[in-house]
Amino acid sequence: MWNYALRRLLTGTIVLWMVSVIVYLGLSLAPGDELTVRLSPEVVAQLTPDQIAEKREALGLDRPLPLRYATWLKNTLTGDLGTSSSDGLPVAEDILAHLGPTAMLVGAALVVGTVLALTAGVVAAVRSGTAVDYLLGSVPILLVGIPGFVFSLAAIYLFSVQFGLFPTNGMYTLGDESFGDLLHHMALPGSVLAIGVAAPLIRYTRASMLDVLSSEYIVTARAKGLRPSRVVWSHAFRNALLPIITVIGVTLPEMVAGAVIVEQVFGWPGMGQLAVRAAGNRDVALMMGIVLVIALSVVVANLLADLAYVRADPRVRLV
Amino acid sequence: MSDLDPPPLAVPADPAGSASSTAANAGRYPALRRFADHRMALLGVGILAVVVLLALLAPLVATHAPNEVDLTAVNHKPGGGHLLGADNVGRDIWARLVFGARTSLIVGFGAVAISLLIGITVGMLAGFYGRWIGALLMRITDAVMSVPPLVMVIVFVAIAGPSLVSVTVVIALTTWPAAARLVRGQVLALREREFITAAEVIGVPRRGIVLRHLLPNLLGPLSVVGTFGVANAILVEAGLSFLGLGVRPPTSSWGQMVNAAQSPVVLMNRPWIWVPASVAIVLTVLAVNFVGDGLRDAMDPKGSR
Repeated sequence: MWNYALRRLLTGTIVLWMVSVIVYLGLSLAPGDELTVRLSPEVVAQLTPDQIAEKREALGLDRPLPLRYATWLKNTLTGDLGTSSSDGLPVAEDILAHLGPTAMLVGAALVVGTVLALTAGVVAAVRSGTAVDYLLGSVPILLVGIPGFVFSLAAIYLFSVQFGLFPTNGMYTLGDESFGDLLHHMALPGSVLAIGVAAPLIRYTRASMLDVLSSEYIVTARAKGLRPSRVVWSHAFRNALLPIITVIGVTLPEMVAGAVIVEQVFGWPGMGQLAVRAAGNRDVALMMGIVLVIALSVVVANLLADLAYVRADPRVRLV
Repeated sequence: MSDLDPPPLAVPADPAGSASSTAANAGRYPALRRFADHRMALLGVGILAVVVLLALLAPLVATHAPNEVDLTAVNHKPGGGHLLGADNVGRDIWARLVFGARTSLIVGFGAVAISLLIGITVGMLAGFYGRWIGALLMRITDAVMSVPPLVMVIVFVAIAGPSLVSVTVVIALTTWPAAARLVRGQVLALREREFITAAEVIGVPRRGIVLRHLLPNLLGPLSVVGTFGVANAILVEAGLSFLGLGVRPPTSSWGQMVNAAQSPVVLMNRPWIWVPASVAIVLTVLAVNFVGDGLRDAMDPKGSR
């Protein structure tokens, strides 16, 4: 177990390092560099070649790519992610300020969405072949095809405009920073994200449950007269959960992408908004930082999911 | 991330020409028959055909040019010369809708074509060239997969400049790992099968084995991955344009049209500006997904519901 965890940690680190190389390389090879990004084309056109060379030197752009990368890596490892060109703040500070709201939103949506999906999936499997199963089977298929922003807009239109139930913008009402107010603001964006998680998960849960329900030990449990609810929840469900753990781990990138859109629509001050701002301003250092933090959380989430899987399934023995 | 290989798809039938399969009695193309029996898949093909047709014939079916500004029609309701109304600068919604279909389809199919090409190449190499190259390639695949495509696309399109080509290429560059993992897993499994060993024994060169023996067996699962990839690419493009970071205004895009609804006035009082594009995205993505479901069930009869 610990050996395995250590090995996964190592590959995780390698993967993160590769992300940094790929993104750094990509950002350097793409047409335009930090200079053209910082200055408008009109300004660049007016500069003499000497002035351009001078400015490039000031930004360190005259040095060869591997050297620049090495400097960047060294700084990053010491916690210095550089300075954002759009607001002049250290990138790390910017990211820390926006990480909390996203973690809250994504975390809440993950929990709610997973509980929702597991329940619906189990019900669909137990009632397999009935109208309930058909409904629970078709609704997710429809939901998967609806982009997050359309879903968000429809939710705002219905719940905020028509019924006036929920606020549509930000995390708090000005002057009221209570937990209740936070929940009230989180309700719509959180639900949109949660349903995004739940939709594909329902199908997996259903399939996994059906698989387990047809196995012999379930027949035995039924035959010896156990209550159906006990057979389903304590015999079948626990085994059906195993493959689902991995699926939940893999949904995190999807959720982050969903959060980018949802945060934008609902004015949620998180990483998604920061990413859109960074892209809009072509803020290279900030974009690098954001991508790294997202990759880091995805790697960690997958690691945790895999470890949870190993812990949950005694049959998986790792050397 | 996880070291698990993609879920085991049905091991494809023996290469064409073998008569051993009893299912072959059901007709020459059992998978095709099963696909034709899949009602939702046929519905998907139907919807998709309409969208493709509208996109191809856009200049003919649109009564206005997509960028023609009619100042007398600003924010006009549907009707009166503008079939679906006009937007906040007086552009015809219907025209932008059918031209927007071109953007979605070009990005969707273009990105998938490129991403399959990369994915197949990487997967084949990783599957064939064992330890070092294989491991390295799979770690690169993991690295690309650990950042959500939308985020990668936002970053790289911002730097490369938003154009139809850059959006398509960048989506391809961030979505190829799915195909690569599938191909690698299948190559590892197929490599041990007798017909590959037989081909090796009679001296078929490696290129021949890849092109004539492996690739045909991969077409089924790849078509499934590719189809869902089209839906995904269309969604990413729409999301990118919705955020205002996608293709620029002379080119119309559905995501961009929905973007107008970020203004509360448009959202509440002028649904004709954003609803048609939303419906178009949902219908197209659903249609593609239905086709994908149909293909998957046709390739893998055991796995259908």
